[in-house]
Amino acid sequence: MAKIIGGVATSHVGALGVAIDNGLTGNDYWRPAFSGFEFSKKWISEQRPDVVVLVYNDHAAAFSLDIIPTFAIGCAERFQPADEGWGRRPVPTIEGHSELAWHIAESVILDEFDITIVNKLDVDHGLTVPLSMMFGQPSAWPCRVIPLAVNVVQFPPPTGNRCYSLGKAIRRAVESFDQDLKVMVWGTGGMSHQLQGTRAGLINKEFDNGFMDLLTDSPEEAAKIQHIDYLREAGSEGIELVMWLVMRGALSSTARAVHRFYHVPASNTALGHMIFEDR
Amino acid sequence: MNALKEALRKIPGTTVFDADHSRRGYALNMWCMTLQFEANRTAFKTDERGYIEKHSLEDGQCQAILDRDYNRLLELGGNIYFLSKLAAVDGHSFQQIAARMCGVPVEEFQQMMIKGGRKPDVSVKQDKEQ
Repeated sequence: MAKIIGGVATSHVGALGVAIDNGLTGNDYWRPAFSGFEFSKKWISEQRPDVVVLVYNDHAAAFSLDIIPTFAIGCAERFQPADEGWGRRPVPTIEGHSELAWHIAESVILDEFDITIVNKLDVDHGLTVPLSMMFGQPSAWPCRVIPLAVNVVQFPPPTGNRCYSLGKAIRRAVESFDQDLKVMVWGTGGMSHQLQGTRAGLINKEFDNGFMDLLTDSPEEAAKIQHIDYLREAGSEGIELVMWLVMRGALSSTARAVHRFYHVPASNTALGHMIFEDR
Repeated sequence: MNALKEALRKIPGTTVFDADHSRRGYALNMWCMTLQFEANRTAFKTDERGYIEKHSLEDGQCQAILDRDYNRLLELGGNIYFLSKLAAVDGHSFQQIAARMCGVPVEEFQQMMIKGGRKPDVSVKQDKEQ
């Protein structure tokens, strides 16, 4: 049977992708940000997941205002990087795991999570930057990836609690899949940041570190954080943190944090990163 | 829901992209989506006004696009992720348009970020009044 072996949380700041694609990761500005992923690259090469369920949000690339799914799962065989306005990122095609993705879709819908099924999906920096941060620049990604998109652009996004519960449903789905696969769930986005208006540039280290503490020791408490608190404390785009809760919900209650990293700034954003091992 | 909306409006320097904004900004944001295609980016760069006028936008939205007035575009229903496609045409990063929205030179904005960013309860305007 398939099993969940761990979870990764990371910010998916677009500028990190620009730094990687342009060979800037060693300069004075970016080196400290990328140093927090040296452990992670070694760790993932030892863990060797077969499939990553990658929870991210689309940033007006594949979804516009025509169709706004709260939760959507990519069930295609493969996905191309999206053109977000300045051309596609020069990264490999993302190979999906259609059979497992469909199984998760069926399972969570019967579990009362009415997720949208997507068979054609270009994936933007929200998905490709975490892959680059964890795997570097390989000629092909070393695992299959199932994109799971969460709406955090149109208010209201799903609640943190709903995301946490979806994670639990994804765990039940994975554990009932009849193939021996090592599966990870990644939650991306955050941490505190605001890209718009006269409060742009907001950073809240206290909120971010408190969130990582809660995610480690009392995820049920983290799941209770309300929209207004994310928006007020973590900034209008900081609400992406609800996606970390999908990852944490998919792990066992005894999962252990083995890595934690926090750095300000990555462009306009607080960069947060955690790794959990399931046990 | 009404109490929540009221609380959201009170967050300083922040536009929450709710139903009201989404309804007002639908055409504007969908216009931004057209800039995902290289041919459209080229057409826009060649004749900005002509390209905008092919779409049914409010006059104020057209002018704000031409002026690259991002705060005004937010007021008129624009969403930052859609508007970033307009910035991309100009070769501008999120940091450059953030500085513009805050009314400061980009170097000053970058320095603020390097020093740890803006405190959550303070807008630029309030900063300057202090």
